[in-house]
Amino acid sequence: MGNGTHTRQRAINKVREGLVRRYAAERRFRRYGMLAVFSGLVFLVIMFTSIISNGHSAFRQHYVRLTVEYDESRIDMDDPAASDFEGVVKEATREMFPWMSSRRDKQRLYGLISGDATYTVRDRVTDNLSLIGKREELWVLLDDDADMFFKGYITPVERRLMLSKVELVLDGDQATLTGDETAFAKIVEAVRGNLRLQLAVAEAELENASRLLVGAEARKEGRDEVVRARSKLESLQTQVADLKTRILSANLNEEIGEGMSSHLINVNDIYFRINAVTATSISGVVFVKSTQRLSGVSGQWQLITLETPVADRRLSDKEISVLLSLQDQGRIEGRFNSVFFNAGDSREPEQSGILGALKGSMYMLIVTLLLSFPIGVAAAVYLEEFAPQNRWTDFIEVNINNLAAVPSIVFGLLGLAVFINFFGLPRSAPLVGGLVLTLMTLPTIIISGRAALKSIPPSIREAALGVGASKVQTVFYHVLPLALPGMLTGTIIGMAQALGESAPLLMIGMVAFIVDVPQSFTDPATALPVQIYLWADSPERAFVERTSAAIMVLLGFLITMNALAVVLRKRFERRW
Amino acid sequence: MGAVLQIMQPATLIVVLLALSVSGFYMGRRKAFRVAGNDIRVLRSLPSHYGYYTAMWCGIPALMVFVFWSMLDDRIILVMATSSISASGASAQEMNLVYSEVLRFVAGSTIGEPRPHIADAVVKYRDLQDISNAALMVFALSIAIAGAAFALSKIHKEQRARNSVEMVIMVFLIACSMIAIFTTLGIVLSVLFESIRFFQKIPLLDFIFGLEWSPQTAIRSDQIGSTGAFGAIPLFAGTLLISFIAMVVAAPIGLMSAIYLAEYASARVRSYAKPLLEILAGIPTVVYGFFAALVAAPFFRDAGGLIGLDVSSESALAAGLVMGIMIIPFISSLSDDVITAVPQALRDGALGLGATQSETIRRVVIPAALPGIVGGLLLAVSRAIGETMIVVMAAGLSANFTANPLEAVTTVTVQIVTLLVGDQEFDSAKTLAAFALGLMLFVATLTLNVIALHVVRKYREQYE
Repeated sequence: MGNGTHTRQRAINKVREGLVRRYAAERRFRRYGMLAVFSGLVFLVIMFTSIISNGHSAFRQHYVRLTVEYDESRIDMDDPAASDFEGVVKEATREMFPWMSSRRDKQRLYGLISGDATYTVRDRVTDNLSLIGKREELWVLLDDDADMFFKGYITPVERRLMLSKVELVLDGDQATLTGDETAFAKIVEAVRGNLRLQLAVAEAELENASRLLVGAEARKEGRDEVVRARSKLESLQTQVADLKTRILSANLNEEIGEGMSSHLINVNDIYFRINAVTATSISGVVFVKSTQRLSGVSGQWQLITLETPVADRRLSDKEISVLLSLQDQGRIEGRFNSVFFNAGDSREPEQSGILGALKGSMYMLIVTLLLSFPIGVAAAVYLEEFAPQNRWTDFIEVNINNLAAVPSIVFGLLGLAVFINFFGLPRSAPLVGGLVLTLMTLPTIIISGRAALKSIPPSIREAALGVGASKVQTVFYHVLPLALPGMLTGTIIGMAQALGESAPLLMIGMVAFIVDVPQSFTDPATALPVQIYLWADSPERAFVERTSAAIMVLLGFLITMNALAVVLRKRFERRW
Repeated sequence: MGAVLQIMQPATLIVVLLALSVSGFYMGRRKAFRVAGNDIRVLRSLPSHYGYYTAMWCGIPALMVFVFWSMLDDRIILVMATSSISASGASAQEMNLVYSEVLRFVAGSTIGEPRPHIADAVVKYRDLQDISNAALMVFALSIAIAGAAFALSKIHKEQRARNSVEMVIMVFLIACSMIAIFTTLGIVLSVLFESIRFFQKIPLLDFIFGLEWSPQTAIRSDQIGSTGAFGAIPLFAGTLLISFIAMVVAAPIGLMSAIYLAEYASARVRSYAKPLLEILAGIPTVVYGFFAALVAAPFFRDAGGLIGLDVSSESALAAGLVMGIMIIPFISSLSDDVITAVPQALRDGALGLGATQSETIRRVVIPAALPGIVGGLLLAVSRAIGETMIVVMAAGLSANFTANPLEAVTTVTVQIVTLLVGDQEFDSAKTLAAFALGLMLFVATLTLNVIALHVVRKYREQYE
């Protein structure tokens, strides 16, 4: 008996010992589950934030104000639309920076203004012939690189206002700024920092080289190798020593090369880049000159740091100086990016928009909706209400379920082989896209339609049949109206799928580069998701921004459609 | 005459036919009322049925004529317009060129002056087209009117209009439900025909077991490397590698979140977390592709660089991971369905024996739901194999035969897209290869789908 209690006690103890482990396993399992849900949500958040943070800036676009002269000599009075508007724009640009006279400089200057400016001027003149011979202020688009600069994607810019007294001496294109030591402390510090960085690199190399030398000597390699290693070591040693003295030197005298961050000075409306620094003076080449204020003493100046080295960015220091000077003059303005919503595709990011793609998608969805809704509803009604239970019906059902899982690209192959090659319909047309998407969405609509019909209780049918309605009348007057909200929900979800689909459209030629906004069902067109695909391939930074913005528009449509489906279901859902 | 012809474009004709049918409806109904006198109970069908009856007789035959006519007329007109050229002894191949040239000028899609004989044919084509349109208009309208007259003459008290109308409706319903079959048939035939043409050029075994893929065939036959290599093994391997990575990501996360949401989460958490996860399923694949190319691939490249690994910027890992994210909601909602379908009695039994909740899930619920879960996973694999946009945007183009997820691989779908986007000639092995790959893709996914759907269905029946 005592032995029995003992055994039982031992068994209980064993279970108790096990309990700790089992409860830990329970908690662990539960935590895995939470972690899984959580990681799914984290992916969602990462995707949305990366797209929104990339894309939100595309909804703004920078414009520059030009003082345009509609010079009679440039405008063709017989055919104003064919005049030299490019010349008008160039003239207006040149006027602001008259000293930029070399070919290269002018090229760069014109490059800051979008090619779209020519069209803006043209439209202005052809709409208003009375302007000819007059001057006016006109806002035109900036080039995408300039736009990217003002959005901060080219380089981080730091502007510091300095209030120490300095004296500017101009000698041709050379500018020298002199002042006391406190005035340039910031710049000197930055230069020293850069030297220290070089020192660190050199020291690491030195260590490496000495290790190599020791190794070479130990292995008794050929004399040549040892000599070479020793001479390299010595050159590094002198370099390190040199850097150390330069850092500690009180009368620092350094150059700022293109490999490190640039520093611009803005004094008396003049912009110059710092090329050489000493403790009490800085000098460099003037990029932007001023018409009135020249050499002299000034108590207020700006130090502008462009962090990314010139070699790693698309705009030079000179171009940036020009842009900054334009901004000082109040000639730069960020506005809502209406081009994005009103233009078709373009090779120039600042002139490209999604209207063409949106319209292409719209035409396609119209075709898809007009075909797939009636056909889908009819098929669902037949299969659910009339079809006899036999092999034939089974076969249709298997087919529908399979089609719902066939890869979308295969539908594209079907469209290419059947609609384009066999029936000879035009390539790249929204009509063909709509047909392909119809075939793709039909299974979704049929399956959801059948579910909606299934949820209508038999009593409705029996009542209708009981008062003498035929089967067709029962279905069309009693069952279908009740099932319609559910079917509509399924259709909207199917349409949302169709709107986001791109793979089959690639197959039927809707990836062409199309500038014109399509005007009919057979015009060459592209679709919003395909436009996203096309832009995602473009290397320009401005297209990355626009791709993300186009994605935001697409997701906006999809979310609206799905929300509509949810609302519809909530409103009309009936529990029988 | 010319003005009338201009107006009678096919679209206008359809509108006119619809208008005629609508008026046919009202005439039929009025006739029915007149036949009935003042007591419609003597009619066999409702008055509106007689209306529909007339409208159908008016519209359907005319529309059918219209459809057949417009399907055939272009070809016939083309042959007639170029009859003088073909009479001069041009070969069939030359005639095909002439046809396409004429059509380009008629459509106005070419700039420049046509050669004289083409110009003649174009003028003749336009004339014939006008005549054809006019003839069609006259023919279709007279058929519509005749049909309406016939239907009106048939209307009397004993006529069973409803049965006729319902029969037409049934024919329409059956036709609509057959479209699924025709679609499948269309897919099979279109990929099969082109594939057969492909296998006439490249032997089937070389395609399925070949180890090298470089479809760049030269334009002239005497150039070096003109044949190209069409061994699909590297593509299959790449597809499987990426799908495998995707499943490694998606299967545990999808399954565990389904278990958590179905078994542990409170109703409140479930009502928020489930729709949020399903948003992932609603995001278009092109967005995932962009994310993979812009965020995931550079991230893996830089992370690999930090620990001294050489990761390709088009690594299979990035594409696979993002594809896995896309599939998570797919797996989780399918598994959720099967887990909730497991009868509560099984859980109660296990809990009653003293099992903890996780033991119940692992030892009882999951084994019971296993067929359904496996079916769901198979569907997910089929989805991963057929996924296009993510791999097109984030995976490579060159066919490396490797199992290293850090290298760039290419997939079947990527190759289909690269082969078919851009210029196509329908007799080059390069273009036809895309259809052969499409056939492989279709067969593979179809097999997976059939097995998976069968398993899921069997499982559902077991617990219903």
